[in-house]
Amino acid sequence: MNSAEAYITGYCIIRQQGIWLNGQLLWEADRSMDLQEWLRAGYDRFSGQYPKFHKMDALSKLGWLAAEVLLKDAPLQALPPEKVGMVLSNRSGSLDTDLRYYATVKDIASPALFVYTLPNIVMGEICIRHGFKGENTFFVSENFDPELMSSYPAQLLAATPLEACLCGWVEVMGEAYEVALFLLEKTPTGLAKPLTATALNDIYLNNKISK
Amino acid sequence: MSEKVWIAGGGVISGIGLNLRECLGAFREMKPGMGAMQYLSSVHRNTFPVAEVKADNTTLADMAGLPENISRTALLSLIAAKEAWQSSGLDDISRYRVGFVSGNTVGGMDKTEDFFAEYLADNRKGRLQQVVHHECGSVTEIVADAMGIRHHVSTISTACSSGANALMYGYRLIRNNIVDVVIAGGTDSLTRFTLNGFNTLMILDQQPCRPFDETRTGLNLGEGAGYVVLVSDSLAAQLQPWCRLSGFANANDAYHQTASSPDGTGNYLAMKGALDMSGLQPQQIGYINLHGTGTGNNDVSEGIAINRIFAPHFPAMSSTKSFTGHTLGASGGIEAVLSAVSVKEGIIYPNARFEHQMKELPFAPATAWSEGNDLRHVMSNSFGFGGNCSSLVFSSF
Amino acid sequence: MADLKKQIIEQLNLQEVTPESIGNDEPLFKEGLGLDSIDALELIVLLQQHYNIRIANPEQGPEIFYSIRSMAEFIVAQQTAKA
Repeated sequence: MNSAEAYITGYCIIRQQGIWLNGQLLWEADRSMDLQEWLRAGYDRFSGQYPKFHKMDALSKLGWLAAEVLLKDAPLQALPPEKVGMVLSNRSGSLDTDLRYYATVKDIASPALFVYTLPNIVMGEICIRHGFKGENTFFVSENFDPELMSSYPAQLLAATPLEACLCGWVEVMGEAYEVALFLLEKTPTGLAKPLTATALNDIYLNNKISK
Repeated sequence: MSEKVWIAGGGVISGIGLNLRECLGAFREMKPGMGAMQYLSSVHRNTFPVAEVKADNTTLADMAGLPENISRTALLSLIAAKEAWQSSGLDDISRYRVGFVSGNTVGGMDKTEDFFAEYLADNRKGRLQQVVHHECGSVTEIVADAMGIRHHVSTISTACSSGANALMYGYRLIRNNIVDVVIAGGTDSLTRFTLNGFNTLMILDQQPCRPFDETRTGLNLGEGAGYVVLVSDSLAAQLQPWCRLSGFANANDAYHQTASSPDGTGNYLAMKGALDMSGLQPQQIGYINLHGTGTGNNDVSEGIAINRIFAPHFPAMSSTKSFTGHTLGASGGIEAVLSAVSVKEGIIYPNARFEHQMKELPFAPATAWSEGNDLRHVMSNSFGFGGNCSSLVFSSF
Repeated sequence: MADLKKQIIEQLNLQEVTPESIGNDEPLFKEGLGLDSIDALELIVLLQQHYNIRIANPEQGPEIFYSIRSMAEFIVAQQTAKA
């Protein structure tokens, strides 16, 4: 589906207690922190003033935080809300939260946990925060699939009213997590790197191996 | 490149029938599928009616030709996908470039629950094999393998619009010449997990649900699977397609994790986008298969969005969930099949148990079965948690 | 009412709120603490967990959960009725 003109205009990688924006390490926390502590520290550092964050599950917090970092310097406010879409993927769906919710069922089941037992809720949280109303899809796949994550958004940008699309990988299972969130746009702003599967894969793999 | 994308066939298994013909018969004879649980074991057995597929796993495994220990979600999926393929008039599947795109929300949760029950009782027990098929993706893989589909396999998990979004993705795979045929839709089985979860949200009706009725108090859960067979122009020329997928759109409501915005912004954007893509005016739509869950919130938001687009010329509309219950990830697939048949045979489905006009709305759903209506264009709505709203439009030739 | 505030903060994961900052008569939903429909369901769970009070009809929610005071009065009334 690679035919259209589209550009990677920014990206945010979160793995191993570190946050990278467009290739630069922004912040790396003490490795002794567990995921929830790390997420709270990341929230305090990069956001604050959004109390709903604390109610989210780990998957939503990860995706939300990556979007927060990525869109801070590249706001999409100039675009109409229905022109910003999202295509995300992961391996474990919402299994991490499913199991946490399931553990509450034998006592009193928690409605606040149940609402996060769907992987696409993270897209809802990002849309609520930034007001995006364009097309959203969530794929469950074994690994980050650079072919799918480049070709499908490229097609959405070419064939639908979308002008910008967030895409990537948001995965969490227990203490294992990884986010690679890309901002794709029709106009070559920011990094203005032409969108190809190879370009996405290079970014995704960069600093994954060195660690 | 294929200019158009056609529906060559479809298959459904649900609480009102084990195949499409049985399901259509249940609508014609006004026999909704909800009742007391027979197959799922739950403390809520006598509290909440559900629309279960009326067969145990042994029977379903037999129909599917799979071992019995496979997740019910996969069994339902394979049965409906096989029916869809057979109805299309296509022969040996290995002769075509075929994709399988399936939506679901619970994956193999039914098996995971059994694992947990044993595990919690004695943590040395519990067979880990049951959890292996938990992930939504592995359900799709099992079915694709059993069907012999290798060219493209994807799983979509966007809550209750998963099945509808699978058709959108399938359409694009064909338009971009990645494959020539896509079996697209969704599957979900009833689990204690979803039942307990919807109960905590207090949106389950203890009576058979009453979509678009002023007295509605919630939804009934159902289970099943539904798939259409999407084909390219060149294949359609050799077959007798039912209709074509002429338009669709997806939008995010960006309001709340589970609740629809009061003015149904996402619903409106999805319906409007689908009409724009198909190049239609609202008055050209002959029938709308509503999302119509029966919750206070959904029906009023969906109704207000419909009013905004269609007033003053309202098409016939109904919620088939008043028969099948809400089948979650399967609902978009099941209702896509029903909508495609609706175009083909001019069917308007009845909305069961509608009695009281909603005070917010100037229109009412259809309450009787009719066929042979002149329906050129039919819309199907599927709106999910996470604000994920989809509308599909099916058109005659 | 101080206990109730602590319980609410814990149940609803209001990490940036202190018990002292919640006024007894301040509306809990919308403009006040900004709670939503899921929070209301969690408050129903809280009543069940801490006070053994069951609410079957969520439509009672807005009235009972209007403020800390209305919630406390409801709990007292239920406990008196039981005793």
